[in-house]
Amino acid sequence: MDFNRINWKKTFITAGIPLIILVVLAFFPLYGWQYGVTLFNHFLLFVILSVAWTIFSGTTGYISLATAAFFGIGIYAAALLYPSVGDRYPLYVVVLIGAGVSFVLAFIVGAITLRLRGIYFAMFTFGLVLFFREIIYWYEITVKGIRGRFVYQDPANVNNNVYYYLLVIMALTMLVAYLIKRSKYGLALQGIGENEEAAAHMGVNITMVKVLTYAVSASFMGAVGAVMATKWVYVDPGVAFNPMMSFSPVLMAIFGGFGSIYGPVIGAVIFSYIEEVLTTANWFGIDWTQFYKVIFGAILVATILFLPSGLVSLIQNVWRRVMGRRRASA
Amino acid sequence: MHLLEGNKLTINFGGLTAVSEVDFYVDKGEILGLIGPNGAGKTTLFNLISASLKPKSGTITFKGQNITGVKPYQVCRLGIARTFQTVKIFGNMTVLDNVRLAALFGDCKQPTEAQATKVALELLEFVGLTTAASLPARGLTLANQKRIEVARALAAQPELLLIDELMAGLNQTEITEAMELVRKIRDKGVTVIMIEHVMKAIMNVCDRIIVLNYGKKIAEGTPQEIANSKIVVEVYLGE
Repeated sequence: MDFNRINWKKTFITAGIPLIILVVLAFFPLYGWQYGVTLFNHFLLFVILSVAWTIFSGTTGYISLATAAFFGIGIYAAALLYPSVGDRYPLYVVVLIGAGVSFVLAFIVGAITLRLRGIYFAMFTFGLVLFFREIIYWYEITVKGIRGRFVYQDPANVNNNVYYYLLVIMALTMLVAYLIKRSKYGLALQGIGENEEAAAHMGVNITMVKVLTYAVSASFMGAVGAVMATKWVYVDPGVAFNPMMSFSPVLMAIFGGFGSIYGPVIGAVIFSYIEEVLTTANWFGIDWTQFYKVIFGAILVATILFLPSGLVSLIQNVWRRVMGRRRASA
Repeated sequence: MHLLEGNKLTINFGGLTAVSEVDFYVDKGEILGLIGPNGAGKTTLFNLISASLKPKSGTITFKGQNITGVKPYQVCRLGIARTFQTVKIFGNMTVLDNVRLAALFGDCKQPTEAQATKVALELLEFVGLTTAASLPARGLTLANQKRIEVARALAAQPELLLIDELMAGLNQTEITEAMELVRKIRDKGVTVIMIEHVMKAIMNVCDRIIVLNYGKKIAEGTPQEIANSKIVVEVYLGE
């Protein structure tokens, strides 16, 4: 095996295809299909959340359910610094602050809790979502005398503004996920997921690697929260710290398969599309909205039973079989 | 000055004193054997040296520097690497990546990716696993997984290697090969402390042997002295 040879085909797949997709996506709103832009905003939101989740949890096996907490922090950064009335910072500053606050918070939380393993870590991180929700409710109602807040919305083409912000954040999330994965820290994260004790004895500063990666993954969740707040206009703690925002990215990543970066992307797009279709469907006189979560669950159970490495593994197997046959006949 | 020195090391788990006031040392270039019945505290002593556990009292000195209470990754970067009694390989990673990981993080000189890959490939050749480099580590036999552990530990460029039961569960041929491997490691200039139950290997390979029983050091000497020691025979065979 030659480890140093540059394979043009591989370079094209890892760099060329994502660039082409990005350019196509960048021109997409110019086509003028407004519903399409709304739909893609929905896709991008969940792609960012599940890829960001995978950066840390996919490799280390620490299942974090704090996605909604960091997402909500970003929303509240926008609610405070980008209000509909009063002084505002530029939106990109607000997004950076949302990311920064989530980063710092995840760093602190990680330093305290990453010695917890398995279900304990999952429970603690989920507790964090509820903790923030309640504490902000308490503050807003008893101290400020309000329940929710209004976020400024640029009247000129809201949808497209949100779209471009999400597109840039998604590109950055994917790029960072890819760079971490192929760096030596990606190897360390994988080692931590496989056998943390052994990794520590091989010279990996496991606490630092874990805490920093957790903080990086959280910063993308905070950034996307700040952007989404400008789309939703009205936010309150119940909207900002919605537990489904913690569960959905995990389920999407499992569905797509978090062994590769494309897994969570595919999972997020398919799942959010199913959600979109079912929440508006009225087939055979049945209101399918109520069945959305049932179908969500059924697909997930089937995936875990039949495709434990996710949808991507199925695609890879088919691909390998096709390529193998072509090579055999040549 | 000894390469590694332990001074009155003590640790207890609840009421059980696993290691009790143990003094030991190892000199550069030596192969030191650590033997004793099950539960004698051998692996616990390794865990103390490699900083998995903190001693309740006592100190550990490496190259004249007190290393008691540092973190496992620091011990590794200072130059003490270890293998595990129950293999702790990264099963879903390739054999090469297992070793590369240690080369990238365990060596305080911080090699580049290319250098680490080169070191890893050389070490895989050293332990005889070149052909398995791109296979997932979980698929290998126990003997070969133990070789991964050795290559991985060596990739951290240690001066001292702690080998925990390299030969347990191996067949006769594999034991002979493993003994050869330990000698080759010493010839590379790496000092070795090994825990072993296979007496043939211990007696053949080690320069000096320490015997532990119920957490206490009960004997120390050359293989010949240990083999003739009355107290050791009593511990192993009963009175």
